[in-house]
Amino acid sequence: MLWGVQRSAVWEQGFRGATQASAVLVVAALVGVFALLMADGLPALQRFGWGFLLATEWNPVTETFGALPAIYGTLVTSAIAMLLGVPAAFGIAFFINELCPHGLRPTLTVGIELLAAIPSIIYGMWGLFVLSPFLAAHVQPTLTGLLGPLPGVGALFQGAPFGIGMLTAGLILAVMILPYVAAVARHVIGDVPPLLREAAFAVGATRWEVFRHVLVPYTSRGLLGGVMLGLGRALGETMAVTFVIGNAHQVSASLLAPGTTISATLANEFTEAVGDIYLSSLLALGLILFVITFAVLAVARLLLGRASPDAAS
Amino acid sequence: MTPDPPVLSRRHATNAVMSGFAWAGTLAALAALALILYALLMRGIGALSLATFTRTTPTPGGDGGLLNAILGSLAMTAVAIAAATPVGMLAGTYLAEYGRRGRLAQTVRFLNDTLLSVPSIIIGLFVYGLAVQPAGHFSGWAGAFALALIALPVVVRTTEDILNLVPDSLREAGTALGAPRWRVIVCIAWRAAADGILTGVLLAVARISGETAPLLFTALNNQFLTSGLDRPTASLPVAIFQFAMSPYPNWQQLAWAGALLISVAVLALNISARLVARRRHR
Repeated sequence: MLWGVQRSAVWEQGFRGATQASAVLVVAALVGVFALLMADGLPALQRFGWGFLLATEWNPVTETFGALPAIYGTLVTSAIAMLLGVPAAFGIAFFINELCPHGLRPTLTVGIELLAAIPSIIYGMWGLFVLSPFLAAHVQPTLTGLLGPLPGVGALFQGAPFGIGMLTAGLILAVMILPYVAAVARHVIGDVPPLLREAAFAVGATRWEVFRHVLVPYTSRGLLGGVMLGLGRALGETMAVTFVIGNAHQVSASLLAPGTTISATLANEFTEAVGDIYLSSLLALGLILFVITFAVLAVARLLLGRASPDAAS
Repeated sequence: MTPDPPVLSRRHATNAVMSGFAWAGTLAALAALALILYALLMRGIGALSLATFTRTTPTPGGDGGLLNAILGSLAMTAVAIAAATPVGMLAGTYLAEYGRRGRLAQTVRFLNDTLLSVPSIIIGLFVYGLAVQPAGHFSGWAGAFALALIALPVVVRTTEDILNLVPDSLREAGTALGAPRWRVIVCIAWRAAADGILTGVLLAVARISGETAPLLFTALNNQFLTSGLDRPTASLPVAIFQFAMSPYPNWQQLAWAGALLISVAVLALNISARLVARRRHR
């Protein structure tokens, strides 16, 4: 009998140890990623110094590598995605939570969430074969014609309508982050105490006023968390961007011009990179991407607490 | 005091405009979904044939199918899930059952949520440095390892979430019967949470079966059928990438066929995960 109890204690120790070890493994994975990128990216960072971040030339032949075009492309495409995707996502949350008939809610919710389920390579293919030709033929010439002559913003819409480029990449990213931002927004707005909403309606507020002046301020922290989550996605998205960005290491003001992002550079060049310094430069790019996304995601998690939706998103 | 009519009508106008905008946003998102599915079906079904499933990937200009890519994807996904499920379940169990509000648990929880959204190409770089470079060659095992790292946080998160829904009174009942902690967890909590954990695993499979970026530097690609995973291994996503970017029309056709296959698989997995999750709530 005593033997049975002892055996049980061994089992308890073993089981608890196994769960704890598995949990530590998660930490180890993330620390490992950072350590490895740091170690392998270091040679490039040492050779180019801080100038690596600001240099625009990327030439494998002369082994001169600067990260600015990739960083610029990453930031610009993400900015376009946020500018277009976030208002649309809030609109969707407003529509599903406040406007649409109750019976439609589950269907609409699943429809929007399926956007998150589509693999990014499918977005890329669709962007390359369907969206880009359409934009090149119908949208971009109009944009250049209408906005091109304007002072200031006109510079953003110059050049030949290639179809592929930073604008197209940003547009696809906007669709891709929509479901994530909308899911968080719906989630936090759904958690607002009904009393607040009812009180606002009782003093005669319209649906929009309730949304804008009660629900949004009340949930601003969570909404911002959702936006940061979407930003983290947009910054690191690889395949969809690789298809449509054009892979050109250049910094150009025009959004219609081809460019590159950190992730697209990695996807296009990593397996073909010859030479230690080339490989190290790519890994240094990876390190920059990791540090930026980690910071953005960490802020998102701090803002959201555990109020983020399920692991699928 | 009633507000004067112009103010009231302006407020109603704002409401109408904003409602219209919300309508438009929702319709645009659904339209994007419909357009993508339409393109997939239109171009994918025409490109599918028996050869897609029975022949290996073609040489430039030649004909062929996706057999090796399909098998490679299945094998790597299976290995990845087989590795990620037990580890993820145990880690999730630690968070929900042992660690709870402790410092280690809070840290793991935070980092796991971050790992969930770390760009998958970074995971590819990591596995390249960890497994490909030391071994000196690309391999299916490295690809499976990368996929496992992506599936892991999904399983951890869903396991913890679902275990948190198991009422403590159930655990107390087990403890009152004299069952040690681990038996309470294995025989009561896990059993009560089985459907939820299955949902998490299905979602993890759905997530990794469409992943391309982490396979580019790990499993790479292979034109031929390989036995075993210790050599470069083809996968559907990487094959799609290669063929879609190629100038040959018949390769692009194959890419659409592959894209359709992958989307159908991923959407089916997602929907079945939802059905399993709904079964729980009945």
